[in-house]
Amino acid sequence: MSLSVYPSAHFRERWAAAWRSFRVATWLGWQIESNWTDPFLFAVYSMLKPLASAAILVVMYAVITNSQFENPVFPYIYLGNAFYIYVGAVMTGVSWAVIDDREHYRTLKYIYVAPIRIPAYWLGRGVARFLTGSFAVLITLAAGVLFLHVPLHPARVDWPLFLLSLTLGVVMLALMGLVLASVSLMIAHHFFLIGEAVAGALYLLSGAIFPLEVLPPWLRPLGFVMPITYWLELIRRALLGDIAGGFPTLSGFTNGQLLGILAGLSILFELMAAVTFRLCDHRAREKGLIDQTTNY
Amino acid sequence: MDNEARPFFAPVPKARGWRLFLKTVVARAYPRVIGQQRERSWIFFDVFLSILAVSAYVFVYRAIGAPEEYVGFVVVGGAMTAFWLNILWSMSSQLYWEKESGNLALYIMAPNSMMAILLGMALGGIIATGLRAGAILVVGSLIFHVRYVVGSLPALVAVFILTLAALYGLGMMSASLFLLWGREAWHLANLAQEPIYLLSGFYFPVRNLGFWVAVGASIIPLTVGLDAMRQLLFPSGAALGFLSVPVEVGVLAALCVLFLAAARWLLGHMERIAVREGRLLESRR
Repeated sequence: MSLSVYPSAHFRERWAAAWRSFRVATWLGWQIESNWTDPFLFAVYSMLKPLASAAILVVMYAVITNSQFENPVFPYIYLGNAFYIYVGAVMTGVSWAVIDDREHYRTLKYIYVAPIRIPAYWLGRGVARFLTGSFAVLITLAAGVLFLHVPLHPARVDWPLFLLSLTLGVVMLALMGLVLASVSLMIAHHFFLIGEAVAGALYLLSGAIFPLEVLPPWLRPLGFVMPITYWLELIRRALLGDIAGGFPTLSGFTNGQLLGILAGLSILFELMAAVTFRLCDHRAREKGLIDQTTNY
Repeated sequence: MDNEARPFFAPVPKARGWRLFLKTVVARAYPRVIGQQRERSWIFFDVFLSILAVSAYVFVYRAIGAPEEYVGFVVVGGAMTAFWLNILWSMSSQLYWEKESGNLALYIMAPNSMMAILLGMALGGIIATGLRAGAILVVGSLIFHVRYVVGSLPALVAVFILTLAALYGLGMMSASLFLLWGREAWHLANLAQEPIYLLSGFYFPVRNLGFWVAVGASIIPLTVGLDAMRQLLFPSGAALGFLSVPVEVGVLAALCVLFLAAARWLLGHMERIAVREGRLLESRR
């Protein structure tokens, strides 16, 4: 390996290693996620779960409101639930790679001794889940538009706001996943629940499927601290326009303010991810946890 | 010492017949119950995660102005998810995990009945999961102030026991199917979560899916079991119920017999196929 004395060359080498790690991990993650069955069963698997989750909410809503799907509450719930798929997919996708490699495939120690950048590798492992998650989001949205009259019209969508919010949100989720991945280095296999626990808590607190006003007053402040609250609001505003603005939770914020909050929180999570990785990686090496097999 | 008193070649007393069957059941149930005591964080996370899901659905109902009894429906359904998850991950896919960890071959080589092992898994699972489900029910009821009006306690207990017997019979039956699967077992167990929550009406009365869908979903014992329990626990349960409680008890009893008999037959059949095709020791990661 060539070592350069010039900082810019050193940076280029690190960047090249990170890109290579990300690319290879993306390919590997896709193979792991998809090659356990034939494409047809994989497609059915990818569709059934998100559609069933959405259908639970649809039936609950229909039972109570006598199927008033034109009420603005319905697209609020439906879109929040559809885009929340990304939270579980990206965050758990990145953090699960640690447990999968260490306990199931038992290859984490080999990955550690290979010339790759570990955080970039973990982020790459999360891409496969992001892709399958995107498929699930699309299917859920399509079902909503076709069968439940969710008012999504391509001509009325604020595409720049949507794409910018989606990108910022996915980056933020990946960084949150990186924090969880670093923590996963220190804990045993059975804590595969960590991703699910965090995703479950955020589902409740971020107003994904109901406005934050429904939460007890003492829980609401937690909802306002969660970046996903702002992300979902931006997505709803971009896709639904005025309908989304009718809900009181974040009506005092402009789109620019919400984007600013989301960008700020993403930077915060980037710093947290860097610090957490350095701390946990050091501790895991010190305690010999990189190749531990807890066999749960 | 005992060893000194016993002649060197004296035969070790061994259990046979039904005593061996019972000892195997207890031996396999033991780690299920004790393992939980040794890893208390599992109990916390299982209860905590279920409470999160229950809370989210309760707040959805409150956001759309549902009657308060629906909150109770969600709490009871949320508690019963613990049993369904136990069936999926610790019954159906258990023989797959045992294959992965190398225990399956030992089970088959040992001079005991595989049905006893499955029964032990089921009994241990019922005890361990019962504690979690109870905790979810108590915590959820306290948080959301659920009011129960129990019409007939013996009927409620009978429905609960029959539901669990039929459900774990289904788990024992599907365990043998999972025996043939490799890596896909994990994904297929994962797949059977949300669709079953939907079809079995974990968070709403199942009759809202329509009669024939509910009839089809009744092959999962939790569908009729949960419906009957709601009818016996809430004043409006009967009005929102799918079938009458006596009919649902009959369905559960029939499912019990069907699944236990099918488990016995399938286990032998699948084991023969797995032996023939060399799948008992494979590890397709």
